[in-house]
Amino acid sequence: MEWEVVIGLETHTQLKTNTKIFSGASIKYGAEPNTQADEVSIALPGVLPVLNKQAVECAIKFGLAINAEIAPRSVFSRKNYFYPDLPKGYQISQFELPVVGKGAVTIQVPANGKNAAYEKVINITRAHLEEDAGKSLHGAVEGMSGIDLNRAGTPLLEIVTEPDMRSAAEAVAYAKKLHELVQWIDICDGNMQEGSFRCDVNVSVRPKGQEKFGTRREIKNLNSFKFMTQAIEYETRWQIETLEDGGTIQQATVLFNPDTGETRAMRSKEEANDYRYFPDPDLLPLEVTAADKARVQATMPELPQAMKTRFEADYGLSAYDAAALTASRDIADFFTATVNAGAEAKPVANWVMGAVSAKLNAEDRTIHDSPIAPAQLAQLLKRVADNTISNNAAKQVFEIMWISDKSSAESDVDAIIAAKGLKQESDSGAIEAIIDEVLVANQAMVEEFKAGKEKAFNALIGQAMKASKGKANPAQVNEILKKKLTAN
Amino acid sequence: MLASKEISSVELTQMFLNRIAQYNPVINAYIALDSDKTLAQASAADVRIANGTAEPLTGIPFAQKDIFCAKGWQTTCGSKMLADFIAPYDAHVITQFDTAGAVNLGKTNMDEFAMGSSNETSYFGGVKNPWDFDRVPGGSSGGSAAAVAARLCAAATGTDTGGSIRQPASLCGFTGLKPTYGLVSRYGMIAFASSLDQAGPMAKSAEDCALMMNVMTGFDERDSTSLNRPKEDYTRGLNNMQGEQPLKGLRIGLPKEYFADGLDANVAKVVQEAIAEYRKLGAETVNISLPNSQLSIPVYYVLAPAEASSNLSRYDGVRYGHRAAEYDDLMDMYMKSRAEGFGAEVKRRILIGTYVLSAGYYDAYYLKAQQIRRLIADDFTQAFKQCDVIMGPTAPSTAFKAGEKADDPVAMYLQDVYTIATNLAGLPGMSIPAGFSPSADGKSLPVGLQLMGNYFDEARMLDVAHAYQQVTDWHTRTPDLTAFEGNK
Repeated sequence: MEWEVVIGLETHTQLKTNTKIFSGASIKYGAEPNTQADEVSIALPGVLPVLNKQAVECAIKFGLAINAEIAPRSVFSRKNYFYPDLPKGYQISQFELPVVGKGAVTIQVPANGKNAAYEKVINITRAHLEEDAGKSLHGAVEGMSGIDLNRAGTPLLEIVTEPDMRSAAEAVAYAKKLHELVQWIDICDGNMQEGSFRCDVNVSVRPKGQEKFGTRREIKNLNSFKFMTQAIEYETRWQIETLEDGGTIQQATVLFNPDTGETRAMRSKEEANDYRYFPDPDLLPLEVTAADKARVQATMPELPQAMKTRFEADYGLSAYDAAALTASRDIADFFTATVNAGAEAKPVANWVMGAVSAKLNAEDRTIHDSPIAPAQLAQLLKRVADNTISNNAAKQVFEIMWISDKSSAESDVDAIIAAKGLKQESDSGAIEAIIDEVLVANQAMVEEFKAGKEKAFNALIGQAMKASKGKANPAQVNEILKKKLTAN
Repeated sequence: MLASKEISSVELTQMFLNRIAQYNPVINAYIALDSDKTLAQASAADVRIANGTAEPLTGIPFAQKDIFCAKGWQTTCGSKMLADFIAPYDAHVITQFDTAGAVNLGKTNMDEFAMGSSNETSYFGGVKNPWDFDRVPGGSSGGSAAAVAARLCAAATGTDTGGSIRQPASLCGFTGLKPTYGLVSRYGMIAFASSLDQAGPMAKSAEDCALMMNVMTGFDERDSTSLNRPKEDYTRGLNNMQGEQPLKGLRIGLPKEYFADGLDANVAKVVQEAIAEYRKLGAETVNISLPNSQLSIPVYYVLAPAEASSNLSRYDGVRYGHRAAEYDDLMDMYMKSRAEGFGAEVKRRILIGTYVLSAGYYDAYYLKAQQIRRLIADDFTQAFKQCDVIMGPTAPSTAFKAGEKADDPVAMYLQDVYTIATNLAGLPGMSIPAGFSPSADGKSLPVGLQLMGNYFDEARMLDVAHAYQQVTDWHTRTPDLTAFEGNK
């Protein structure tokens, strides 16, 4: 039987606010345990939550970015359960009425083997605001469990998709797209190691062609795209094998173990808590007016899709190049800054997607910490454009700049050209003199050319370039040589 | 007297401390006393009085219900769970009194987590009604009530979730006001039922309540349900209540449901006499109906326990409060700590609340109760089209004997039959001394008249109460404590 996998994602995105979602405590990562646990984080008797407006703005931004309905009125509810890292005994979350409603994200699924790359629209069911829990520290205190409440109350936006994905590749393409988008609109730092972007993946399988969904299992807390691929692939295989062996799938929450590459059930639905949701009486319903939306809209950066279209129109870039340059905010910003510093768009695009990205990949760095600044790259490309140096020389300059401190004088493009003697000879008189010498010294080749041997022309150019020690402008050499040979 | 420097704050405070030392061992009105802290505040107040920066309440010794967190003070909420809890921060109400230069005499006894109508659920023992030591003072603000009645403080704070200021005011013969929900910040006030809890003044007279309202009310951004409206002077109309018929034109609504079965005949008589007095003051009476008011108790005993079950989840023995001495694992620690830390009434309400929020019961109980709550509020909206204030009994009977209803929760719950509706509607309610009623065993016990006003109509209610107190002296009567010396 042929099987189809059905996947939906729930992503916990940590919002880039200064303080917690319901108190003024800092949310900075990595502080000493409990140094960011104020009276609200500890849930002292009598404390009350006050909603962080910045978190609401982040949610609105996301809603605008995915073209979603933003609820004029949404409600915070209490999700009640006992756990030591949950100080109030309930988590404040949005249940029935979330702030962001239905929207959509377009993903690019890369080519894989015989399958060509394609685009797909993933529907977003909802996105809601909630607070994070603290964490238990096992082994930190001898013979006891410790609790660190620094993270308790950190603002999260939980983004839930429809079960629209049909392969691990689609799920990962969606997760990557979302990861880029939340950084693009600056609501999340995207740091997966620190837990700023965590995915729960719901996986079920069904015979191909069947309409009814199979029973799903939820893989919790995946914080790397590699693990996500492995986990989904393992889980899919496991479910298919279980069904083919005549078994049934029980709804369950599972964990992925990166060491074994396997998923393992944590708890089944029967053991699930009754969370006793009810509207939090300490918080008023969240109202978002048209004016609020307009105010946030004014702070929105240009979105990747719009920027891609603009790059094609304004710079004459191909759809492929424009898509590559808008794949992340950092790349787009780097490209734009280089163009704004006076370089021509097409060469910038070629260099960013070529030499720059090759170097970054080789060194496993992101463009954000590129050792070459956009202004430097622009200067380099200007020197190519004004014929000061050749493309080959530019590559040498680039290599030198890459390994020098970008704030130092040694990294200056013109200084490197001067120091390495890479300046191209563009004085036509001087080039003419070189060519005259070459013609005299290579009479045989000139005769061959005249006899119709085209190859001899290239050989003569080679001689001329050699004589100029590579500094002559190749286009000029070509032009002058052609003129001299045809004139004779 | 303080302003004219006839007596210093320290002298006045010491006088109250002496009375407390003499009577509190019997009455048990105070849970926590700290004369060093108290006298330091009195000294500071005397400095303000001397240098001319005194405000109306500067130097006046108040008792604070033990539901308010006060920095450095034991703050127990009447529970074993918090018996050793020292609050590390000040509730908004405490800050307001401190800023006004008032003196804190101590923390008063109360029903555990404000759940009760007799003060008998307190972990720290019952409180004696100063009018008859065999009887309860009412609850939950029983300690504050007894302290005001026995003149163990100038006045006290209370909180009222279903009648906890007004019913004790009625049973102990003084003036108590529950303001419109949202007028007094709940920050630092230990939550029982967040959507109903409201702090208010408990004092000898309406005039004293007005002065306290000036200090207690005001917007506080730390409470999201705090109302942001301009500060009012609640004493502004008091001086107009002079002359023959100061209440001419006032329409008093008399709800027929408040004078039906279940009301003690002697209490009814006192209330009718008080209303007759109001007619003499120029007011007219209008017969009205609050048809849904009989649903108040069942609605309240769904909503209040639901919120309480969640609010009390934070008392889990993990971060502060009572933790069982020995336990096997986490679940055992939770169960033992909460089983030992909470009393029977608190457990009963947590159970009820957990039940009504459970999956499958939520719609039938919680949601239904919320719908009826709106109907009850609508009744008042209709009623206030016909009248300016509503009057009736505060409690169905005078003070009952200790132990009389302790084993019958429903009989106890009926104590609040006339007060709960205003909490559900968020309206202000008040109880003023209206006379005395003879008990079967020959005691003379206070009876309260309840005033209910429209939203934010506290100033008018205080005027109406003040007018009555200009022509009656019930509020000046004091119990003869010497008669009960033998009870020590």
